[in-house]
Amino acid sequence: MRAVVLVKVALQSILKNTMRSLLTMLGIIIGVGAVIVMVAVGLGAQQRIQQQIENLGTNMIVLTAGATTQGGVSQGAQSFNRLTVANVDALRRESTLLTAISPVIVTGGHVQGGVGNWRTMVNGVAVDYATIRDWGTSSGSFFDATDVRVARKVVVIGATVAANLYPEQDPVGQEIQIRSVPFRIIGVLAAKGQTASGSDQDDVVLAPYTTVQTRLAGRQFIPQILASTASPSDIRGAMEEITSIMREQHRLAAWEDNDFTVRNQADLAEAAQSTTEVMTLLLAAIASISLLVGGIGIMNIMLVSVTERTREIGIRLAIGARGSDVMIQFLVESTVMSLVGGAIGTAAGFAGASVLGHFTGWNTAVSVPTVVLALAFSASVGIFFGFYPARRASTLDPIEALRYE
Amino acid sequence: MSDTPVIRIQALSKVYRLGITEVRALRGIDLEVERGEFVAVMGASGSGKSTLMNILGCLDVPTAGTYDLDGERVNGLDRNARADIRNRKIGFVFQGFNLLGRTTAVENVELPLLYDRSGPKLQTRRLAIEALGRVGLSDRAHHQPSELSGGQQQRVAIARALVTRPALLLADEPTGNLDTRTSVEVMALFQELNDQGITIVLVTHERDIARYTRRIVELRDGHVMRDVAVAERANAAEDLRLLRLDGEEAS
Repeated sequence: MRAVVLVKVALQSILKNTMRSLLTMLGIIIGVGAVIVMVAVGLGAQQRIQQQIENLGTNMIVLTAGATTQGGVSQGAQSFNRLTVANVDALRRESTLLTAISPVIVTGGHVQGGVGNWRTMVNGVAVDYATIRDWGTSSGSFFDATDVRVARKVVVIGATVAANLYPEQDPVGQEIQIRSVPFRIIGVLAAKGQTASGSDQDDVVLAPYTTVQTRLAGRQFIPQILASTASPSDIRGAMEEITSIMREQHRLAAWEDNDFTVRNQADLAEAAQSTTEVMTLLLAAIASISLLVGGIGIMNIMLVSVTERTREIGIRLAIGARGSDVMIQFLVESTVMSLVGGAIGTAAGFAGASVLGHFTGWNTAVSVPTVVLALAFSASVGIFFGFYPARRASTLDPIEALRYE
Repeated sequence: MSDTPVIRIQALSKVYRLGITEVRALRGIDLEVERGEFVAVMGASGSGKSTLMNILGCLDVPTAGTYDLDGERVNGLDRNARADIRNRKIGFVFQGFNLLGRTTAVENVELPLLYDRSGPKLQTRRLAIEALGRVGLSDRAHHQPSELSGGQQQRVAIARALVTRPALLLADEPTGNLDTRTSVEVMALFQELNDQGITIVLVTHERDIARYTRRIVELRDGHVMRDVAVAERANAAEDLRLLRLDGEEAS
């Protein structure tokens, strides 16, 4: 009952000074709004990066060739030790943790078929490639082990290639010429979209690597070998296995550095994640400063208000309000104002985040914990910054306060 | 209970310390006010009447002596206990009305009830309207102080003082900010309330106003110099009627 009455008294006081209350709240509104928008932008970026990384394939390990260094001195491009199909066979034979492995033989070229010709990337891969990249077909099927073993002239084409060469028709079963060598299309890959760096993953033609090696002339190299494990927990072990097998393959002495690099998606994801987390924190920290300034604004107004309302406080004390009653009234006033300000700020933050997302095309994600945190923070700002003025009000001497003009 | 005096103070003194100088505002005052009395406390400025008023109103504490209010020993009470005593036993009427601005008359009158700790008062609004009725302002309940005349504001303040049914109504220069006619109106209201049995102590420096009370206590230099019953008590309602007649003749 008493609490209800005191809250009522505080609310009356807020409503009777609409302009002052609104100005006081403005600081908190901007502060909370800014925190929510900034965190939304940060989380949105995090989500987007996460999606792109997952899109590349799960549990994927990437083995790439790299220039060797000896004793810290780079040996330059001449020392470039290429990855070979023999390496792939060795890994497949000796590794216990890898469940899928595939070389990626990259060659480029003009392909011809359907309505015209198209310059694209032709990759020679193994059957496992589909598993590793978690990449299905939207029509037809991927090639099988027999196709690879006997080096059949079959291909699976990416969605971009299909759209450009075979608009509005099913390319499966049709013939396509790669550098004048005829291939049969047995499948169309499901669309995967762009990578984080912006290249079109669907602009590709996949053929058995054996076929690419034997049938297609021209420059060929294996920039990478892809592999994957059954579960994420095997990735560490598998990477160690790959390292030791590859060192043996490349006959590296104990004192020589690796001439290849083994990476996995988890590392990439972690790196990207921690970068955006730092960014989110930074944005939130900057926005929190405005929340702090808003809090100081509340304290400022409350202090002025205590002075301005000295007589009112005197009247209340004279007719029997205890010091604690006056203190609670002022605390409730500042808390209610910062809470209402926080609520308005949250709404403004939601609106701001979606407007920003609409005009910039950024991902924004407003999270419930952020809203709860912002509201809790604004309430504590009210209590914290309202405390000192409320204490001042409650310790006024009623005689002095009544005499105040 | 009924023969307990509303105010009994004995050997009351108050000393203010201003740096190294001591100001002895009250130098041993004895005073009893019975239930139903209407007392004017008079004196020049510096006589100690404001100090006495503040102590009677439990806004200040005496340096020495005892003070029993309505049978309760109130000297030596702490801040909170004094706040509760003010709320339960005393109704204040000030010179400057001291109503809350931007707050309707009925909300102002309701205010002391909101701070009542003796238990939840469910019908604060009804009690407030009743009190406004006693001062003849039922029709102004939802007006704000800025929409009321000085006399009306003072009557709202009186209603606020009455709403808790206090043992003592303390008025500090209640007519100080009012013109003669409105002053007489307010005094008529006080007389009416006193006739209903309400104990009133009124601080004033105007002899004309003191005439409407039943007893005058005069202070000088912190002592009670004179304490006499009013021989010919003026009737404010009668004076008001005469004032009205004068006004009509003049116009």
